[in-house]
Amino acid sequence: MIRLLHPLLALLFAPLLQGIIMKTQAFFAGRQGPPVIQPYHDLARLFRKGAVFSETTTWVFRAGPAIGLTIGILCLIFLPLGNMPAMVSFHGDLIFLIYLLSLHRFFTVIAAMDTGSAFEGMGASREMSFSALAEPAFFFGLATIARLTGTLSLDQLIHGININLWQTHVGSLALVVVGLFLVFLAENSRIPVDDPSTHLELTMIHEVMVLDHSGVDFGFIEYAAALKLWILGSVIVGIAIPVRTGIPGIDISAMCLGLICLAVIIGIVGSIMARLRLLQVPQLLVGACIFSVIGFLIQ
Amino acid sequence: MSLAKACPIENSQAIPFSRVPCVPFDEFHRHIVETGHHGTRISSLFVMETSGSAPSSGKTPPTLIRPLRLVAILANDAGKTLTVISTDIGTSYPALTPTCPQAHMFEREIAEQWSVLPEGHPRLTPVRFQPPLRSNDGYPISANTAGLPGVTDFFRIEGEGIHEVAVGPVHAGVIEPGHFRFQCHGEDVFHLEISLGYQHRGIERAILGGPHRRTLHHMETLAGDTTVGHTLAYSQAIEALSGCKVSRRAKVLRAVGLELERLANHTGDLGALAGDVGFLPTASYCGRIRGDFLNLTALICGSRLGRSFIRPGGVGFDVDSERLTRLTDGLSRASKDVHVAVEVLWETPSVMSRFEDTGVVSRKVCLELGLVGPAARACGSEQDIRRDFPRGAYRTSKILLPAFERRIGDVASRAFVRWAEIQNSLLFLREILQQLPPGEIIEPEAAHLSRTLEPDSLVVSLVEGWRGEICHTIVTDAHGAFARYKIVDPSFHNWIGLEMAMRNQEISDFPLCNKSFNLSYCGFDL
Repeated sequence: MIRLLHPLLALLFAPLLQGIIMKTQAFFAGRQGPPVIQPYHDLARLFRKGAVFSETTTWVFRAGPAIGLTIGILCLIFLPLGNMPAMVSFHGDLIFLIYLLSLHRFFTVIAAMDTGSAFEGMGASREMSFSALAEPAFFFGLATIARLTGTLSLDQLIHGININLWQTHVGSLALVVVGLFLVFLAENSRIPVDDPSTHLELTMIHEVMVLDHSGVDFGFIEYAAALKLWILGSVIVGIAIPVRTGIPGIDISAMCLGLICLAVIIGIVGSIMARLRLLQVPQLLVGACIFSVIGFLIQ
Repeated sequence: MSLAKACPIENSQAIPFSRVPCVPFDEFHRHIVETGHHGTRISSLFVMETSGSAPSSGKTPPTLIRPLRLVAILANDAGKTLTVISTDIGTSYPALTPTCPQAHMFEREIAEQWSVLPEGHPRLTPVRFQPPLRSNDGYPISANTAGLPGVTDFFRIEGEGIHEVAVGPVHAGVIEPGHFRFQCHGEDVFHLEISLGYQHRGIERAILGGPHRRTLHHMETLAGDTTVGHTLAYSQAIEALSGCKVSRRAKVLRAVGLELERLANHTGDLGALAGDVGFLPTASYCGRIRGDFLNLTALICGSRLGRSFIRPGGVGFDVDSERLTRLTDGLSRASKDVHVAVEVLWETPSVMSRFEDTGVVSRKVCLELGLVGPAARACGSEQDIRRDFPRGAYRTSKILLPAFERRIGDVASRAFVRWAEIQNSLLFLREILQQLPPGEIIEPEAAHLSRTLEPDSLVVSLVEGWRGEICHTIVTDAHGAFARYKIVDPSFHNWIGLEMAMRNQEISDFPLCNKSFNLSYCGFDL
């Protein structure tokens, strides 16, 4: 039963993280902001709506969002949360998880390309070139932890993080957390890489790829985006917070608190700095790679 | 070689139309090119029908056609001289644009409005896709006019890796319609072509034969965010033609309206610039403070956009002592807020790295293309109608020119110039509100002004709106009605500046460059 707990938590509370980010940004902007549960209202609204499909699109365009959401849910099965074990775990599942996320991106991109729109093509090209840089950073980050804990299974890898490991390897762990955080910002299209709230189609990266989706399909995309935030977030929190008491109540609370803190940090970053120039984004991601690689080397 | 003698005129002072010199075309052309080398800008260049007989061109039947006159209003900011010169033209004439690039948009407009061909114009595409202005059908209407907006040939670059991006006229945000065609290589823009005309309402045609009862309304809605600016230009012209004197109190109140409009729009623009780079604090605060400035306008006249405030002969609303206190209090509050909200912008490195060296328009290009307003001042071109051709309260209370160091024509310069102008406007307002002169606010006979306009006259009215120089030119007929009313919104000069700013830029910086100019679509489309 406990193995079902984390997927359920994620499915239920993933949109809440987005709500916390919005609330934080509203605070810095001097506004009251939408209620924390606004993402749920948005999803409910989208699921009630009908979808409009352009005549030039094919089944690829319609399939994209559903496949994307399916993959998002699939990822949850392999995902531990601190001491809470994953539903399914096997040797090498962390590589499998990374490629599931790539598959998600692949379907988003081909659905965008299917519209034939110049904007969506541009967005797809940006997404692919940036993810090509974000992926190695993610890989090296997890490889560092895998080497420290001596396992290639995500479940045991996160489980293996504890206070002692942080005390002996604080340098490489801290570097990995920073590197993964940068990847996390890029993958979730957050400032300084992307701005999810912009309406300017020429500057968007992720948002421009989903411009043509509407109604239920767009709801799927939004929900999958919330899940992705939770998935990458729980990996970072799992590494950054070494609370492994064995008492489920404390462990789960610590992790959830960590996720909330992470959302607040994203909100703060998004409030106190502007977006990078698009051509400087690769530099940021290369920086993330370097953090991870150094973390890998210095242990 | 001596230059043709152009007639010197004053801002908002009528002269008999007979005094406008009509010289042979060669002299006209030489005059514009030569004075252009000495920093003279074309404020307005337009064609009108005259009552004389047509120049014999042989092919056209002389009976139906009234001859055309090409009139140029030239402004020299450094010399503070405003001149007018004209020439007669037939169905075609050698284009000015190849030797004088700032005429390019005017000549495209002339070709469209009058079916006159400027021979040798490098790019003669429709401006507004409007039907010809000519009052009778003597000449065949050329095929490129009166089509659907945006349906035209666009400049195309071909080659490996080149792709075309078409944006608009329907945009993702709530903004005016306009079509933008980018020729890109990857993320880099080689060329941008802007095609407007979606909001053409035929204002110049509608007010011919006026002033009508709706003329004032047309002026107020010409460009909604420049209501005070355009209405003021119109009122100054009407007052000049009717010999009406405006009281000192009304002059000061007009300046208050004009500066409040500038404050609101500049503040809104700085907020929008911050929003475009995803910097939330300034974006949200400036959005609110813009509302505070708009509310101050509403405090005076009941309309946030300043409708019904400016009237020919004076202003429609007075400011009593209680309102004056609320106005000055509101100003000092908004002044404090705007300082806090904007200074955060300059102190944030990630914002400045986006602003600096983005969308550069060099001073040379700016002068060649005749850009106006803050966009030109950001390139280091020194011009301001309030200083060079002052009217009303600007004659007695001098306004400072924006003092700022960065004048290289990038987004940062255009942001700084706005900030400097905000500060100057606040100082100016504080000064003139302290010594608000007593007196009437409107001429008692104001309602009848439009019936007594000077016949056969020309008047040029210039106002420094928040976007730059607004130029209204009226030519009256023998009965004192409008024979020609030419409106030049600052956007008409400046859209080409945006096209130039985008060359060799990243396409993702377009919204930022666009916002740094923040030009009007409807002011251009008329």
